[in-house]
Amino acid sequence: MSAAAIRPLVEVRDLRRVFDVSKPWLNRVIEREPKQFLTAVSDISLDIARGETFALVGESGSGKSTVARMVVGLLPPSAGSVRIDGIDMQGRASEAERQKLRRRIQMIFQDPYASLNPRWRVDRIVAEPIQAFGLLDGKAAIRARVGELLTFVGLHPDDGRKYPHQFSGGQRQRIAIARALASDSEFIVCDEPTSALDVSVQAQILNLMRDLQDRLGLTFLFISHNLAVVRHMATRIGVMYLGRIVEVAESKALFAAPRHPYTRMLLDAVPDLAHIGRRREPVRGEIPNPINPPTGCHFNPRCPHANDRCRSELPLLLDGVACHAVHEGRI
Amino acid sequence: MSAAAALPSPTPAGWLRRYARRPGAVIALVVLVMLVAAAGLAPWIAPQNPYDLAALDIMDNMLAPGQELGTGRIAWLGTDDQGRDMLSAILYGLRISLGVAIASVAAASAIGATLGVVAAYAGGFVEALIMRVVDLQLSFPAILVALVLLAVFGRGIDKVVIALVVVQWAYYARTVRGSALVESRREYIQAARCLALPRGRIVFRHLLPNCLGPLIVVATVQIAHAIALEATLSFLGVGVPVTEPSLGLLIAHGYNYLLSGKYWISVFPGVALVIAIVAINLAGDRLREVLNPRGAR
Repeated sequence: MSAAAIRPLVEVRDLRRVFDVSKPWLNRVIEREPKQFLTAVSDISLDIARGETFALVGESGSGKSTVARMVVGLLPPSAGSVRIDGIDMQGRASEAERQKLRRRIQMIFQDPYASLNPRWRVDRIVAEPIQAFGLLDGKAAIRARVGELLTFVGLHPDDGRKYPHQFSGGQRQRIAIARALASDSEFIVCDEPTSALDVSVQAQILNLMRDLQDRLGLTFLFISHNLAVVRHMATRIGVMYLGRIVEVAESKALFAAPRHPYTRMLLDAVPDLAHIGRRREPVRGEIPNPINPPTGCHFNPRCPHANDRCRSELPLLLDGVACHAVHEGRI
Repeated sequence: MSAAAALPSPTPAGWLRRYARRPGAVIALVVLVMLVAAAGLAPWIAPQNPYDLAALDIMDNMLAPGQELGTGRIAWLGTDDQGRDMLSAILYGLRISLGVAIASVAAASAIGATLGVVAAYAGGFVEALIMRVVDLQLSFPAILVALVLLAVFGRGIDKVVIALVVVQWAYYARTVRGSALVESRREYIQAARCLALPRGRIVFRHLLPNCLGPLIVVATVQIAHAIALEATLSFLGVGVPVTEPSLGLLIAHGYNYLLSGKYWISVFPGVALVIAIVAINLAGDRLREVLNPRGAR
């Protein structure tokens, strides 16, 4: 086993995404306003090893979904690179090579009511990736494979004859997982896959995903705002705040000893038996406007430890945490 | 709970059941089906072929409704100045009117839907270009544009159809773009993009079929518009040729005799036209209620 075994499956380097949120040209000219840009994601670097689940957590608007969409290639990054198995998604790799790569990356979406084409039967939905990448020939072979995939995710092969609206939210998410697996994918990006589901169904879907991960050796990038879900799923966790990763750690370490003040605030807000008796810090304030972020550390207006340096100088991600107070040993 | 759960079930039986909750709409649909059947079967059910000059007898001209023709048959709706049986003329005229309307709506909705869905999915310059042309088109009165076009092209059924397509496609483009903008933000389109499908496949296999609900509604209402517009053009003498009279041309023809008490030549085609338009509008309105989840009653 050489470098290939050690090399992470997914390497994200200095990923950045800026959205132009300016008013239309005519309004800008009349109102004498400059163009406005929203930096949704800035300078994100992360590695995801084969077979692990990397979770990105953060509040709404922290840019975690934007990262997910850039990693699967739905959104071109403004800067930075996403390399999967050593092949740059935006780079000079040949089209055939990238097409091969796309087969190996799939996505599971948040809303199972919107992620399945309502006019297609389920077997056609699940068969589409197989046909799109030309994995199998012949109707019988494809039908057999679709039946196998539906069984795999806990549905009946005959369910393929039905339309998506005949299924519940949890069953639809199972269909979406079957579709994601249909192209023999290895890396699956899950954008809040359970946040639209009832709590009782969430656990079933999460257990299904873990089960499939064990059986197929899948690698997940898991996006969520729900810390309980993340704790159940993740090997490693990246905490995002206003487009930046503020802390990265192994799941156990992060929950046992959060370092960044923001991570502490998030964890303190989760009711947990292990933390009974500790003073609980409520989550204060709201995420600032990303068009006009605070100077220095973006978290400083909400941070109990902020000092003058925090208000003027952006902390770098060193040793898994981006916080002056931690770096200086103040907390 | 969610918006998707409130959507009507997309099975045809479910739609029909919901449609049938309004008795007036059911009557309109029945009338409409009868009119379409009568128009389609005109050569077989009409008492006379009004295009066949040998079948006409000039001695039968201007007979009032209910009078007997030379052949002993009764002309229930009277005859015109050529001795033509008005019932037969109306059936054949309805055939032309409906045929022109359906052909123009089919062509206009195909063109409009394609441009609308492409505009919505492509965005940017392509969208701006298509939609400004739509705005330009809709800012002119339809009748004016059609008159100018027919003045240039001359008369003829094919030319009327072309003129109607030109004045109508923009409605479909705007409607389909609206629903395509909503649909293209939905996650199943993103899922299709994850498969690196060709753009054409995403647009025409995934996006377009999900934008057809509003299109069907607009198309139904536009059929009524097309019939009225064609009748207007023919009445003004720039529409269909005299050899193939539509309802509008029959009305124009009988108009000359209206003041001399020969009301039937003009009034009966007019009544047929009104019944057709009202029936289509009623059915179309109900269809809109059925297909619009917020109007669900």
